[in-house]
Amino acid sequence: MRGCLAPHPPHLAYASNPPQNEPKSSGAGAWTALLEGYESLRKSLEDGDFDVIIVHTPHWKTRRGHHLLGVEHFEGLSVDPIFPNLFRFNFDLQVDVELAEAIHAEGEKQGLVMSMMRNPEFRVDYGTITSCYLAQPDFKLPIVAISSARSYFDYSNEVGEREMLALGEATRIAVEKTGRRALLLASCSLSHRHFTEEPADPEDPEFEYIYNANQAKWDRHILDLIESGRNRQILDEMPDFIEQSVSECKDGSFTWLLGAMEVPELPGKVHGYGTVIGTGNAVVEWRLDEQAVQA
Amino acid sequence: MSKDMNSQAGGAAKEGKIIGGYLVPNKPHALLAPEKSPGWQSLHDSYAKVREEIEASDADLLILFSTRWVSIIGHQIQADPTPEYWVVDEDFHELGTMHYKLRMNPEFAETYQQCATERGLHARTVAYHGFPIDVGSIAALQLLNPDNRIPACIVSCNVYSDRAETLVLGKAALDAVKKSGRKAIVVGVSALSNRMFTEFIDPASDHIHSLKDDEWNRKLLELLEAGRLEDVSQLSREFSRQANGDSKLKAIWWMAAAMGQNNDYRGTVFDYQAVWGTGAALVGLVPSPGAGGGLEYDEDDSNYFHGDRNVIATAAKADKTDKKS
Ligand SMILES: [Fe+2]
Repeated sequence: MRGCLAPHPPHLAYASNPPQNEPKSSGAGAWTALLEGYESLRKSLEDGDFDVIIVHTPHWKTRRGHHLLGVEHFEGLSVDPIFPNLFRFNFDLQVDVELAEAIHAEGEKQGLVMSMMRNPEFRVDYGTITSCYLAQPDFKLPIVAISSARSYFDYSNEVGEREMLALGEATRIAVEKTGRRALLLASCSLSHRHFTEEPADPEDPEFEYIYNANQAKWDRHILDLIESGRNRQILDEMPDFIEQSVSECKDGSFTWLLGAMEVPELPGKVHGYGTVIGTGNAVVEWRLDEQAVQA
Repeated sequence: MSKDMNSQAGGAAKEGKIIGGYLVPNKPHALLAPEKSPGWQSLHDSYAKVREEIEASDADLLILFSTRWVSIIGHQIQADPTPEYWVVDEDFHELGTMHYKLRMNPEFAETYQQCATERGLHARTVAYHGFPIDVGSIAALQLLNPDNRIPACIVSCNVYSDRAETLVLGKAALDAVKKSGRKAIVVGVSALSNRMFTEFIDPASDHIHSLKDDEWNRKLLELLEAGRLEDVSQLSREFSRQANGDSKLKAIWWMAAAMGQNNDYRGTVFDYQAVWGTGAALVGLVPSPGAGGGLEYDEDDSNYFHGDRNVIATAAKADKTDKKS
């Protein structure tokens, strides 16, 4: 198993100008640091030999527990309702339904509310598509997509954290039981306060900076903890990080990832950090498989 | 200049007006699965009464504000003349697919965008094939206007906007209606209390999540039935704190601002039911001068939006400029 923070601003798919995406970007360079970060991540993943990508996505929001895609193949047009000018992506992807069902079963054993999504006309959310595309542009590997339950919002950050650690544990057990070699993607930003305006060219670098100094400091602090392997401390501070930086970690992806990796005392490799309309985003990789080999 | 505004250029056309407003639920259950729950069936049947009232009016435009279409970049206004696609509710996918073919008024959307911009808002129209119209708007339009006889306009709910910005957005809607010469009905697509059951329940046993939320919903509906829309607008913050109001009840702020910020309406509560624990109401408000009397509250009022006053952001920008130089 290998784990990554793989944020999903649709801007990054847009800026990459893949044939699947209808709008075309100017290449003005606002998000170069992140695009380079993803390029570096993709190189690093080449030795991975994975069977499947498991992605936890903030943009499939479910208030009745944790849902998983439960149909083997999805294709269609995903138009982002928030940034439709940037993301109108023709997707075509395979789902590892057997693994999804295994995670569903293990989640229920953890006491979580779990559900399989069986409607073949479902439009896969742009968080899933963007993170998967950026990690694996040819969509060759099947995926498992897990929705973002609203426990942090409906109850509290602390409740959300407990659920996501349990969901991470369920994911790890399911991966082990099914014998998969899995790449885990936590599809979320760090600090997450957006500008509410957009320049004429959305990729104009002059417009792009972190929303405010507070957000920047929080991101820097979390990156320091990541790079020094203090992942337990990240969890200790997560409820406050979420509140004080309006973090997208409130959607649970990062905590799920740390839970699935059993909160390793392992530094993450930061491939890139940058802002997208004011939000802070880091591309990070934890090479657990390497650690296991060395041990 | 849009066609709608052009039609005013000669000065012969009459000023448009808002002839009524409705509050409708934000979930699609009454459309997709009424038979599963007596409450959803009741909502489905009550929609027919609202539909009749709209049909009996001479409305020629429906303007929807939906809490289910969130935006980040200012305010988005649907301008595709004939949106046709399908969506599946991201949570209630087991209820099936919503195929839709709707009719929008793109000229009005342009006018609304211009009026919003004139009031300091960041607003844009959107018209893209395959755009996922939100499930709340689809359900409302299919139940209220099933044959698309009346063209519509949908505006998004910005996640960061607060009362002042939302009031200005509502006033801009009224500006646009006046310019367009239309007789418009505004529709707020929103739950009342929004605490949901977070597990799978038997739909037949659906009820409001708590007695407390139920009591707050009923208090709000009592005021609406008395036509006191502006009072409800000014009570919205308190309601949202106490009863988990849907998106701070921005839909009510928007409606009240668009409809003239007064209490002078004839109010009708067509129905009030639970949808998965949330408060789902069908309420109608028709302007009726002198009906509601004076105002109970005295909240701030804004006519122009001056943007986020983000002093720390300015510091961050200055810092960035420093590093460059
Ligand atoms: Fe996001």
